[in-house]
Order: sequence, then C-alpha cells, then structure tokens
Amino acid sequence: MFWNGKNGKNGKNGGKSEGNGHHLIDLQGIRKVYDTGAVKVEALRGLDLAVRENEFLAIVGPSGSGKSTLMNIIGCLDTATEGSYRLRGEQVAGLSIDRLAEIRNKRVGFVFQNFNLLPQLTAFENVEMPLLFGGTPARQRRERVEFLFEQVGLSDRMLHRPVELSGGQMQRVAIARALACEPDIILADEPTGNLDTTSGRDIVGMFEDLWRKGHTLVLITHDPAIARRTRRVVNVQDGTVVSDEAVA
Amino acid sequence: MKALSLIVRLFRGAAKIQRKRMILTVTAIAWGTVAIILLLSFGEGLKRSLETSRRGLGESIVIIWMGETEKAFAGLPAGRPIRLVPDDVELVLEGVPELASASGEMHNWNVQLVNGRTALNKRVVGVHPAYRDLRTSYAQAGGRYIDELDQRLKRRVVFLGNELAKDLFGKDDPVGKTLLVADTPFTVIGVLQKKKQMSMYGGPDSDRATIPLSTFEAMFGRRYLSNLVYQPTSVAMAPVAKRHLMEVLGAKYRFDPADTRALYFWDTIEDAKMMNAIMIGIEMFLGMIGALTLIIGGVGVANIMFAAVTHRTREIGVQMALGARRVYITGSIVLESLALTFLGGIFGIGVGAGIVQALAAVQARAKSEAMEFLGAPTISIPIAVTTVTLLGLIGLAAGYFPARRAASVQPADALRFE
Repeated sequence: MFWNGKNGKNGKNGGKSEGNGHHLIDLQGIRKVYDTGAVKVEALRGLDLAVRENEFLAIVGPSGSGKSTLMNIIGCLDTATEGSYRLRGEQVAGLSIDRLAEIRNKRVGFVFQNFNLLPQLTAFENVEMPLLFGGTPARQRRERVEFLFEQVGLSDRMLHRPVELSGGQMQRVAIARALACEPDIILADEPTGNLDTTSGRDIVGMFEDLWRKGHTLVLITHDPAIARRTRRVVNVQDGTVVSDEAVA
Repeated sequence: MKALSLIVRLFRGAAKIQRKRMILTVTAIAWGTVAIILLLSFGEGLKRSLETSRRGLGESIVIIWMGETEKAFAGLPAGRPIRLVPDDVELVLEGVPELASASGEMHNWNVQLVNGRTALNKRVVGVHPAYRDLRTSYAQAGGRYIDELDQRLKRRVVFLGNELAKDLFGKDDPVGKTLLVADTPFTVIGVLQKKKQMSMYGGPDSDRATIPLSTFEAMFGRRYLSNLVYQPTSVAMAPVAKRHLMEVLGAKYRFDPADTRALYFWDTIEDAKMMNAIMIGIEMFLGMIGALTLIIGGVGVANIMFAAVTHRTREIGVQMALGARRVYITGSIVLESLALTFLGGIFGIGVGAGIVQALAAVQARAKSEAMEFLGAPTISIPIAVTTVTLLGLIGLAAGYFPARRAASVQPADALRFE
C-alpha cells in the first residue's frame, strides 16, 4: 500500500522487505556521500534494510563501515543523499527541519555511547527535556518522569547531577530519557562502550526487558557478545549489508 | 515558563565557563551605552539652552524695519522712504485679523540716566504695553511693566533692564525710586527678570531703560517708529499675516505690496525652524556616533555568542536529538545575547545617568559663558527610548547570526563535534 512508483530501486529489495506496509523502518537504496570539498566519501552505497515492529536487532561492522551513518539516518539526525526512508510508512526524505525534530522527539529514543546528558541539568530535568520539547503539560511531565525513574530503578537519584552518577546510572538515566515520549524505536549507539562489564550487562538486560514489553530496539555495536543477545544481526561493511541473520 | 527557566539555567552554565570574556563584553556594551547617553544628553542640553535663549527675544515674533520702495507704484517713483508712525500699530491691528498683538518701538541710543551721584549714558526705548509679552520682558517680583494707563496718560515711568538697574542702584531695590531720564524725573516701576537672550537688535534687553511710547514721543519729539514688533495668531498664519500687513500698509503709504524693499522683515519663526533643523541634524550626528560605539560592543556580544555556540555544539546536538525545534535553539541563543546586551545596557545607563547628573551640577556652578551656552546635559524620555531600542536591536542582531549558525548544523554533525 506504500508503493512508490518513482522508486526505481524496488526490484533490488533485500529478501526481507516484502510486505512493505508492515515495516516500521524501511530503507531502500540509501546512499550517503560526505563531501569534504577535496574528497567525496561514500559512507553508504545503496543500502536496504527493513525492520518490523518489536524487533531486537544489532547492527555490527568494523569501524568505518557506515554503521554510525546508518544509525544517524534511521534516527533522522542526518538525511540520506539518495534513497527512500519510510518510518511507519511516512517518507522521511525531504521533510522540513522542524518536522524531523518532531519525529526525533515523538518516535525515536536515543541512547549514546557517552550518555550525552546535559551537565547543567539534574537527572530529572534531563529526562524531562524531551517532554518539554514535545509540549507535555507540567503535571503529566512530572508523573511521567517519576514513573520512568521507577522503571530504571533510580528514583533516589532524580535530583542528582550527571557528574554525581556512575556510568551505569548515567546510562540508565539516558534510557529513561529515550523512553520519555514513548517512541516507536529505541536507537542505541554502542550503549555499553563506556561501561564496565557488569554495568554493560545490566544495560543489555534492560534492553531485553524493553523488547519483551513490546519495544523495537536497534543496537549498534562491535561487540559480538552483545550482538548475540539480540534476535537479529545485520552486518554492515563498506556501506552495504553483507549479512542479515536471525540469532538462534 | 519552564522552558524559559531551562534556558536561563543553560545560560548560567555557559556563563560560568566564560566569565572573563563575558565581563569584558558586558563592559564594552556598558561603555557604548555611556557614550550614547552622554552624547545625546549633551545634544539635548544644547537644544534646550538654545531654545530658552531664542525665547529671550520672543516667541514666534516678527520685527519690521523701515525701508525704501524699489518699485514704482501708482505713478510714484521708486526710492521713496517708508516711515511708520505709532498710529500704524492701531491700523495694522484693525486691518490684519491674523495679528495677535503688535507694538511700536522707538530708540534713543544715548540718554543720560542719573541716580544721585551715578550717571550713565544708556539706550532708552519707548514701547506699547503689548511689548511685554512680545519680547518676554517680565518684571521681577515687586515691580510691573508699562501698562495702558501709563501709555494713555504719558506717565513718566521707567522699566529698567536688570544689568542697568544694578549699575544705577547697586544692591538697592530701585522700584518706586526716582530716576532722572534726560533731566526729567521718572519713577522706576519694575526691573527685568534675568533671561537668556541670544538674538538681539541694538543690544541686550538687560542693559536699557524702557518708557511708554507716548512719553517717548513727547519727550524726544519723535514722529517715526524705529521698528514695529508683531506676533501672528499662529505660526501657520504667519505668511498670511505678512501678506495682509503689506497690503494694509501699502494702501496707506502707496507702495506695491509685493515690494520687498519697502519694509524689512526679521521673521524669528523662520529662524526657529532653521534652528530646529540644525538641532535635529546635530542630534542625529551625536546619536550616530553613539550608536557606532555601541555597535562595537554588539560585535563583542556576537563574538562571545559565536564562541558559546561552538563550545556548546554538542549540547545543541543533544537537544536536537531530543526533538528541540529550531526556535528552541535559536531562541535560547538570542535570549542570551539580549541578556548580555541589556546587562551591559543597565550598567551603562546607570553610569551614564550618574555622569550626566555630576556634569549638570558642575555646569550649573560654572561661570564661563561657553558652559552656559552648552547647557546642562539632560536625559530625556526619547533618549532613554532610543538607547533601549538600540540595545535591543544590537542584542537581537548579535544573537541572530550565531543562532542561525547553531540551528543550521545537522544534528548528527553537532553530536560528533568534540
């Protein structure tokens, strides 16, 4: 039902993209070229990827393979040079800057390797921020933030500043922040990269719980141990998908 | 409100990082504000000083001197002198409805005035009572000006200029005393209130004696007026009044109403207009210099905001990732720029007002004529409004460009920034 006559690359779709309409994320023929003036770097070369509702997948690949670029495009942090990206059926390419901001706000939750909490704000205010940007009224905001802190088990740390929290705690605050607006997807870019093994395992456990509760999660990682705990591993190399298999 | 307090919090965080730079920037803005306030208030002081000096001569008055015809008229040759007599004042007041009031004036340049052992040769003028309001010649408390009765009864009363009164009577109150004017005893009825007078003809009003015109005529055997002073009903009616006056007098003395040499007009209304135009020019010039100084401060603000934007690129990226629309990003930066500008502005206005007060106090005590001419610097409402508006515009401009840059970055690039 979301055919796009203009898209000539339909025929090249990967094996998993039949039944377009049911896909949460549908990338077709995505190219991304960085033009640094002197050299043009092609980070993604006609990449196709489809993700259904309630999937838990890992994108793996060596550094420079284009997996971060892929995440930026999925998260609407960057736009593709060429190709079609539908998020729950809506074509994202060519949307206005503010509309993209709204999509990031309402439909995507980000978890970063280095947490990216704002240092001047308390943990509570960090989690509250997306709700503020989304225009949630004060009372509901407060209830929602308190609920989220309960979920991540940090109710006693709400008024601390990021510097007063451990790495694992910071990442849990970041997860609470990612969940604030009940997004369609949670995108995590090397979420355990800056954590010790124990905290890392906790965080991955948390992602599993979220998946069981019906969330869709996309993890970017180069750690095979973490990739194995997801349900599907997509291997990206040189800007294309080289393998895409379910985890047994 | 929460969004605003959030922005303020972000601003405070940034301020801590760049405190030194911020102090310098705020100082630059304060300096510019002081400059613009000083310049504009000196301009205002000068303008007010010029206005009061101009009023020393009279408000919106026209003075006529006698001339010679240039054009032949009704069979009469050119080159006839035109001489007005005191009765012509009545004539023009009746014949020209656009005149509010008028007075004749006769001068005797060298009359001996004697009080006891003090004798001075001074100028004596004879005028109609209307002269008081025309030429702003008001009496000090305890005295009065020449009135209708004096004029009708040719009373021997004299009104003294304040400087002249001091020269003749010293510290004594001259009112009620007798003064010999050309060997004739006169009663002093009043002394001129001190006034600033910039324009004059035949010397300042403070240094002469004034008597009723009728008395003057009888005493000195004069027939003709030296000049005639009138005031039109309004500034707008001045040209009509002048034309009608020429027609009425032209009919009596048989000259062409279009003959510009028959009578000479000194139109202080025109002078005032020109003076106003010059003052506006001076104020604009002063304002421009001030604004330029302030703009330099604005460049400092823009600079610090660019630095802040670069410094906070990552944070801005995070906010974008969380769904901040462009207005949140640009709004907070512009707000910050405005906050810096107005912080400097408040200091500047405070310091500037203080300096103006101090200078005004110094000026009031200064005896020098130049200082008196310059006038006391004055801060007026328009100056305050101009300054605040300029500060606002500069703050907006200084914030706008950095904000635009911040919002134009792709969130992905902003997040990658180290």
